[in-house]
Amino acid sequence: MESMLTALGPRLEALLGDGRVITDPVRLRTYECDGLTTHRSTPGIVVLPDTAEQIAAIVRECAAAGVPYVARGSGTGLSGGALPRADGVLIVTSRMRRILEIDVPGQRAVVEPGVINLDVTRAVRPYGYYFAPDPSSQQICSVGGNVAENSGGAHCLKYGFTAHHVLACEVVTPDGELVELPADGPGYDLLGVFVGAEGTLGITTKITVRLTRVPQTVQTLLAAFDSIEAGGTAVSAIIGAGVVPAAIEMMDALAIEAAEAAVHCAYPPGAGSVLIVELDGPDAEVAAQFTEVERLCRDAGAFEIRIAADDAERALIWKGRKSAFAAVGRISPAYLVQDGVIPRTVLPDVLASIDALSAESGVRVANVFHAGDGNLHPLVLFDDAEPGAEERAEAVSGAILDLCIQHGGSITGEHGVGVDKSRYMPRMFTDTDLDTMQMVRCGFDPAGLCNPGKVFPTPRLCGEVPGKRKGPHPYEGKADIF
Amino acid sequence: MRPLDALAKVCADVRPGEPAEGVLGVEPALVAAPKNLAEAADVMRVAAEKGLAVVPRGAETRLDWGAPPERCDLLIDTHRLDRLVEHTAGDLVAKAEAGLPMERLGQRLAERGQRLALDVPLPGSTVGGTIATGAAGPLRTLYGTPRALVIGLTIVRADGQVARSGGKVVKNVAGYDLGRLFCGSYGTLGLIVEATFRLHPIPAASAYVTCAVRGPEDAHDAVQTVFHSPVAPSAVEYTSPGTVTVLLEGVPDGVSARAGQTAGLLDENAEITETAPEGWGRYPDGTTLIDISAPPPSLRALLTMLGPDIAATWSGSGHGHVGLPPEMAPDEVADLLGRLRGVLARHHGHAVVRYAPEEVRGVIDLWGPVPALTLMRRVKDQFDPGHRLSPGRFAGGI
Repeated sequence: MESMLTALGPRLEALLGDGRVITDPVRLRTYECDGLTTHRSTPGIVVLPDTAEQIAAIVRECAAAGVPYVARGSGTGLSGGALPRADGVLIVTSRMRRILEIDVPGQRAVVEPGVINLDVTRAVRPYGYYFAPDPSSQQICSVGGNVAENSGGAHCLKYGFTAHHVLACEVVTPDGELVELPADGPGYDLLGVFVGAEGTLGITTKITVRLTRVPQTVQTLLAAFDSIEAGGTAVSAIIGAGVVPAAIEMMDALAIEAAEAAVHCAYPPGAGSVLIVELDGPDAEVAAQFTEVERLCRDAGAFEIRIAADDAERALIWKGRKSAFAAVGRISPAYLVQDGVIPRTVLPDVLASIDALSAESGVRVANVFHAGDGNLHPLVLFDDAEPGAEERAEAVSGAILDLCIQHGGSITGEHGVGVDKSRYMPRMFTDTDLDTMQMVRCGFDPAGLCNPGKVFPTPRLCGEVPGKRKGPHPYEGKADIF
Repeated sequence: MRPLDALAKVCADVRPGEPAEGVLGVEPALVAAPKNLAEAADVMRVAAEKGLAVVPRGAETRLDWGAPPERCDLLIDTHRLDRLVEHTAGDLVAKAEAGLPMERLGQRLAERGQRLALDVPLPGSTVGGTIATGAAGPLRTLYGTPRALVIGLTIVRADGQVARSGGKVVKNVAGYDLGRLFCGSYGTLGLIVEATFRLHPIPAASAYVTCAVRGPEDAHDAVQTVFHSPVAPSAVEYTSPGTVTVLLEGVPDGVSARAGQTAGLLDENAEITETAPEGWGRYPDGTTLIDISAPPPSLRALLTMLGPDIAATWSGSGHGHVGLPPEMAPDEVADLLGRLRGVLARHHGHAVVRYAPEEVRGVIDLWGPVPALTLMRRVKDQFDPGHRLSPGRFAGGI
């Protein structure tokens, strides 16, 4: 394999020109992980293409040589989806950062995959529009990465995920061909399955995104409760009243403590939980629903409610929430970020179970979540200097995912499966389910070279009779899978 | 064992097909109506063992869509699969079987103040048929099509194995989203048995603001004006020969204020009603139905090309239908379709013929140019290597 790679280097240089192919071991190390730093692998070769045609040519070279390849945008993913392969090529799209077209009457824009999520919004904001998917990393993450991961964000409760905001993708297939996948064209909705396939079906080189009209009004409130249960009751009451807020976020006491230590957000002292509720839309709608939300929070026992009077106050309310992940570093030497989903209605049960897990194991868990859609982000705290602490934290983190599955939820709401969670996939899906999903992969990438080893714990041998695996594993002896 | 006997061992309702049950004239040899997922899986397994070509049937409202199947050895009728499996109102989620009629689903959800935000253009149509054809109406402008609302899907594969994807939570990125792939797949990838949907609350109030428009330019301006305003419409519909209707939903005070604003933007003579105008969300009349998708501004070019006499509807999001009358000769239909596709090609749009009389089908390409057809064929080959699932019904002869 190594010799294949060595031979590939000069060919890629001939394709891309000087400075676009990295083989220097020190520089390669820069790309050894994405946002999930617990998994590292120095890529064999890194390429920095400028065009779709170059990516197609790179993929053709890899296909001919039988070398695996991985696409990477900004490398902010949290499941190791862009983890490189030591025996492969890492295709970095960071040079492809042009916004190619802004079509306001058509409510769409066409962008290259390396374009930063927030830059789309910045470019179209003067026309009264924005790009709705808003993952926390939106200041640095790429639209190509959003497509791969089907990124959400705090506001996807009302506005949906990347899949709902992508109208078409130009894609380099694992055959090295450039094809257009429209959302609404004749034939199969291949785009529908491509978005969120975590880069295992091809590499997107051009994305047509839907632009969303900036709402007339945004109203944000912070409500503080004695307990997490009271906060949960308020969430259920709001949803039950038929209100669809733009966002409902919740933090527990430990997460509040961390945020306070880090950014002095001055959330109400003594709160067992805080809820951030944001409504947006036409003035008259928001005014009526906001009053109702305020009442529902009080009914659920909110002891303090703050309403943002302007954008600055809104930013202050959000500051604590947005800093929560990093802030946990203030109260713990190390931590794991979990991403699981539960049906909203079982929130109190699951939180009680997490409490019990934490008490039994002595591992502290701070809870931050998109409460409106049941997307939990427990932060599992540990001291990496203490022997065995990380393993205990891992065990608690895994047990939380099991809770999600037991309650009919999901092992990931927005971070993706990547390398991090593929081992949990068989707990959520049967072998047949996974086999069926991989039929799509076999259609797109029968050789299994496009971001292999991600999403699925066991690759399907394409072309074989389903359910019967014979002989050695396709990657045996070539590389570690897990 | 004969296929009929083999099927009768696993499914209580199996019988020979009748001439009247033909799928676009192709008479099914057998009809099976499984009553639950297990029976459906068994029926599909027997069909695989016997090499039967299978075509699913819901309420027959769209059985004439697409091309005739090359073969139809077994029609799988879903009418016994009509349960609302689960409705968790607090989670805004419901799971329904494929044969449940959309309107009945709507009634059940409404009992608890919720809805599946999809219009039902054809009365009687089922959950499974709606997904298999990707059908939607005016509400697609705000809520999208089935692909945006299906969050979990249970299918039976060509080999009789049951497979699920997604789940019953809205926010979920675990594994490939086969739900989106199956939307609009015309029964060619597997048998849809159950679907889980994301729901929305039924709005407390609705208003329809309707005004007359004169010609393509005026229609375009009306749609654009509403879109780029802050009134946040749930739907913006153009209906030939010259009407634009805007649907506003929300709280009573909000809707009333927004309806007033919308009328102000459009036309001081605009009519505001609480109920939908006649024909709202229905396909245009005719014996040939063409489904169009293209960016919103292409409405102008489209209407200019079609002229005032062709029946057409257009959702502001960039999706429309054209209905052609029975008296239009096949070569005239072919000519119009060719010109339509010519206009749409300049706007990255597509036109797909949903149904047409046999003599028209004979002279047109139902699907037009299909991007990524090679990949589609390869996906089909994986799901249905024997090409027994609705063979020939779909794009590219799939």
